[in-house]
Amino acid sequence: MGTADVEAVWRIESARIVAALTRFTGDFGLAEDAAQEAVAEALVSWPLASPANPAGWLMATARRRAIDAIRRRTALQDRYALLAADSAVDEEIDPDKIDDDVLALMFVSCHPVLSPEARVALTLRVVGGLSSEEIARAFLVPVPTVQARITRGKKTIAAAGVPFELPPAAERRKRLGGVLSVIYVIFTEGSTATSGDRLLRPDVAYEAIRLARTLAALQPAEPEVHGLLALCELTAARFPARTGPDGSPILLEDQDRRRWDISAIRRGLAALAKASTRGLGPYGLQAAIAATHASAPSVEATDWDRIVVLYEALGRVAPSPVVELNRAVAVAMASGPAQALAIVDELIASDRLPGSHLVPTVRGELLARLGRRPEARAQLELAARLCANQRERSVLLRKAATLS
Amino acid sequence: MPKYLLIMRGTDESNAALMANIDEMMATTRVFIEEMVKAGVLLAAEGLDDPGQGVVVDFSGEAPVVTDGPYGETKELFGGFFLLDVASKQEAVEWAKRVPAAPGSKIEVRRVPGDDEMPQVDE
Repeated sequence: MGTADVEAVWRIESARIVAALTRFTGDFGLAEDAAQEAVAEALVSWPLASPANPAGWLMATARRRAIDAIRRRTALQDRYALLAADSAVDEEIDPDKIDDDVLALMFVSCHPVLSPEARVALTLRVVGGLSSEEIARAFLVPVPTVQARITRGKKTIAAAGVPFELPPAAERRKRLGGVLSVIYVIFTEGSTATSGDRLLRPDVAYEAIRLARTLAALQPAEPEVHGLLALCELTAARFPARTGPDGSPILLEDQDRRRWDISAIRRGLAALAKASTRGLGPYGLQAAIAATHASAPSVEATDWDRIVVLYEALGRVAPSPVVELNRAVAVAMASGPAQALAIVDELIASDRLPGSHLVPTVRGELLARLGRRPEARAQLELAARLCANQRERSVLLRKAATLS
Repeated sequence: MPKYLLIMRGTDESNAALMANIDEMMATTRVFIEEMVKAGVLLAAEGLDDPGQGVVVDFSGEAPVVTDGPYGETKELFGGFFLLDVASKQEAVEWAKRVPAAPGSKIEVRRVPGDDEMPQVDE
């Protein structure tokens, strides 16, 4: 077995092993360290001799390393208690408990005491089973940065005394929202890279979708989990049509809709149906907007009135200037650019999206449709200066050039 | 991301072994499917009916010829599939190793190419 085989087993087993070890030791940081030691050992020994049961090998080795670590730490009297516990350690994982433990692991990795960067890194590492190198590649940061985030994160959790348990009922919904937002941040990094020379990074988006599917399987009664999964599936369904052969972005109106991934759309619609049981939350509403696009044969034939209504609802449950801006775009399609421009100008007057390239992008577009070409060009050039993604920037400059 | 199809290929003997333990097989398969769902990798899974109930549409001649199953000389019969959305070929293989398959059967692991790998025709 080679490195890739070890990584494959680890991807499947990571969450369960770290969860079971955290439950056993009560120490998330120690469990993660022990699990990483087991992987490191597997990378050395598996190429020489493949174990008959790789998953069992990893779990047993990680447990031994965890016990070693506790032995190094504990005082003599505690060792007897630990030795007594040893026999129980060899038992198989209880399938009923492990689901709750994996879920508890997600809650710990996304705990509010952690910095947003640490939440993302820990979730991908312990729940997703990614290496520091893979996480660094996903977020275009140096490997030591990822390692530092993980080390600091584990210390923060220990220092705050975060318990390994499902959050109490009163906090459950709020904490679940925290987990969802971590998954969404990962997805967004893949669907609109904030930096770098590529617009889409489907491998990063895939990690988020996988996490969302896991969460949906473990929390099937939570509509917003299905809402987020639907949003991710429906957005990813458009990936094949969103960039040209040279990697340049293709706008919705110019996309070849035959290239949209029909099976991903079906999965997204199925998840959306599960999200719709009790009125839609913010993710469900965004998924409903994506679904409206997904079922439209063209931009012109899109139900823009419905999209305006959905953005209005989204603005009520999760008010944000970005939602306002998107509502403006939908209003432009449903009722014309003049009404939309009023919404954008209001956003600018209240300075709610300072420094964003999106505001001048939309404003430029609306001005162009109103025939105010010099103003439109100035706005698009401003947008290009503010935009961090090289691919998007060149599209903006090309568009500005057509207005001169 | 790459999708992989795990194709179950049984023989008469392995199918007989499977049918002899059908209840146990169904139960372990259900657990296995749940595991894949919780790992976020399962897109679809189906098992097929007895090949004797199938038909074969043969395109050897000018017009398609329909004959009743079974397939004649074929030694291994396609009995079902799992469609997985995984990170790597190695992961697909690792899942394949965990399929509760009857002794004597085989699982073929085949990649589903992405849209961007399909030959593009300019229109």
